[in-house]
Amino acid sequence: MQALYAQLLVGLINGSFYALLSLGLAVIFGMLNIINFAHGAVYMMGAFCAYFLLNLLGIGYWPALIIAPIAVGIFGMILERTMLQWLAGLDHLYGLLLTFGMALIIQGVFQNYFGSSGLPYAIPDELKGGVNLGFMFLPIYRGWVVVFSLIVCLATWYLIEKTRLGANLRAATENPTLVRAFGINVPRMITLTYGLGVGLAALAGVLSAPINQVRPLMGADLIIVVFAVVVIGGMGSIMGSIITGFALGVIEGLTKYFYPEASNTVVFVLMVLVLLVKPTGLTGRATT
Amino acid sequence: MSVMTDDTLPANPRGIRDEMIVFVAMAALLAAVPLTGIYPFFVMQALCFALLACAFNLLIGYGGLLSFGHAMFLGSAGYFTAHALKEWGLSPELGILVGTAGAAGIGVITGAIAIRRQGIYFSMITLALSQLLYFIYLQAPFTHGEDGIQGIPQGHLFGIFNLAKPTVLYYVILVGFLGGFLVVFRAVNSPFGEVLKAIRENEQRAISLGYKTDQYKLLAFILSGTLAGFAGSLKVFVAQNASLTDVHWTMSGEIVLITLVGGLGTMFGPVVGAFVIIAMQQYLAGFGQWVTVIQGVIFVVCVLTFRRGIVGEIAHYFRRSL
Repeated sequence: MQALYAQLLVGLINGSFYALLSLGLAVIFGMLNIINFAHGAVYMMGAFCAYFLLNLLGIGYWPALIIAPIAVGIFGMILERTMLQWLAGLDHLYGLLLTFGMALIIQGVFQNYFGSSGLPYAIPDELKGGVNLGFMFLPIYRGWVVVFSLIVCLATWYLIEKTRLGANLRAATENPTLVRAFGINVPRMITLTYGLGVGLAALAGVLSAPINQVRPLMGADLIIVVFAVVVIGGMGSIMGSIITGFALGVIEGLTKYFYPEASNTVVFVLMVLVLLVKPTGLTGRATT
Repeated sequence: MSVMTDDTLPANPRGIRDEMIVFVAMAALLAAVPLTGIYPFFVMQALCFALLACAFNLLIGYGGLLSFGHAMFLGSAGYFTAHALKEWGLSPELGILVGTAGAAGIGVITGAIAIRRQGIYFSMITLALSQLLYFIYLQAPFTHGEDGIQGIPQGHLFGIFNLAKPTVLYYVILVGFLGGFLVVFRAVNSPFGEVLKAIRENEQRAISLGYKTDQYKLLAFILSGTLAGFAGSLKVFVAQNASLTDVHWTMSGEIVLITLVGGLGTMFGPVVGAFVIIAMQQYLAGFGQWVTVIQGVIFVVCVLTFRRGIVGEIAHYFRRSL
């Protein structure tokens, strides 16, 4: 039973990353009509940012949790201003190709300097150790990742669904021209949205640094799984992304316990099943 | 939802005549390669990728479907052919048949799943499906995991042509490539191809005209996957191995890059793109990971400033369809 709970926890942690990443993808897709293939690369940059802050400047985990997403978010906004914005009005396949190219560049540069092996990043002192819950041993850091990711996801949901800023954002997604006529700076909003999505990915990167080690290709394979998550959940709903992300992480964890050979493929198999039963994805709204 | 511009309007008789002239010139040039002393291995490799990209281009260029998982056909057919040749001891022609038929089977299954969604979702689904196959091949015993299948016997095609001789192998690959190219050419210029283009331009309208667009898309997907598999089977004789590299998503990206550089939706773009990209990889092989970075830069530059690709720009300049 111990092993089952441990795998469940691993599943919840992976689920946190799936949720944070697919949430960012959904937010970006809503505003920019682009599937951000560079999402795995910016996730990796978040982890590296934390690593640099610690080893070059001596800045620890807690400040990095804020600085890294902002720094990578600004990097993302520069990408949006200099490149992505020129694709407005074109078929969104070009957005996929452009961001794929950006991912190759970013990952290639990091691989050149850091190879393919992982760099260690220590768990901060405050979150070391674990507690015995009776039925299982819970490492504090892992518990923290799950709880904190959940809070960030819900905060993002609140920001988009319940605040005035979010209402403007949703309106601009539906009809940018009309929203501009109301005097709202839509291009700036698009840039900030991309920054937000990218920042969420970078945050996931910082959170994963002490667990998964910091590797140039840490996001490359992850992003494909997240694509499958997005296909399953659909990108129409923020809450849908969050729930699907966590749920698939848990299912993957359970698979690791009951049938480890399929743990790599279970998300893809589920995607196939969902497509066969309900082609529009679980949260409905079919977009092309 | 058109990817392409006016350059790919339905070919008129003059356009088809132009393309036939270019085709004959291309075939003559390629047939003369062994006489020139150019390293035949390089050209053979480029031809395999050219056929692969032509098959891919049939989907994106004429059907508007961006498959980000075409490596699964290349790699699967490679494994099947390699296994048939080495373990079953089949003759080359049967080996190619096994690989191509296997790819066709995969095309039927993955196509039926992938065409259930359009646009960007289609790309993500094909990518996920190819990753699914990647993990299966990683664990399946017959692929020998990380080692791949190596030392594949080349044998005698139809019992006559000794494929171990580079010149013989070259002409066999060339005939295979030209045959595959003509299949694509025929498909694009057939009524079937016209319906595909109609779906690319406006799927709703094609449906309202009474076309069962899903069937057309599925057929295009299977045809494309089968031809990509055929290219993968041919490649086994050139490389004499089959490995995970050919199933990995980076390979799918390379196929997209080749077609993008050459020109999406042009007949000869994928061929030109294949020679450009394979040559680049040969020359830059010493630069290690920088090759990835350079490929990324080409992607970005092409998408931002050079969306027609090499052949697309030429065709646009001369106002011809190529």
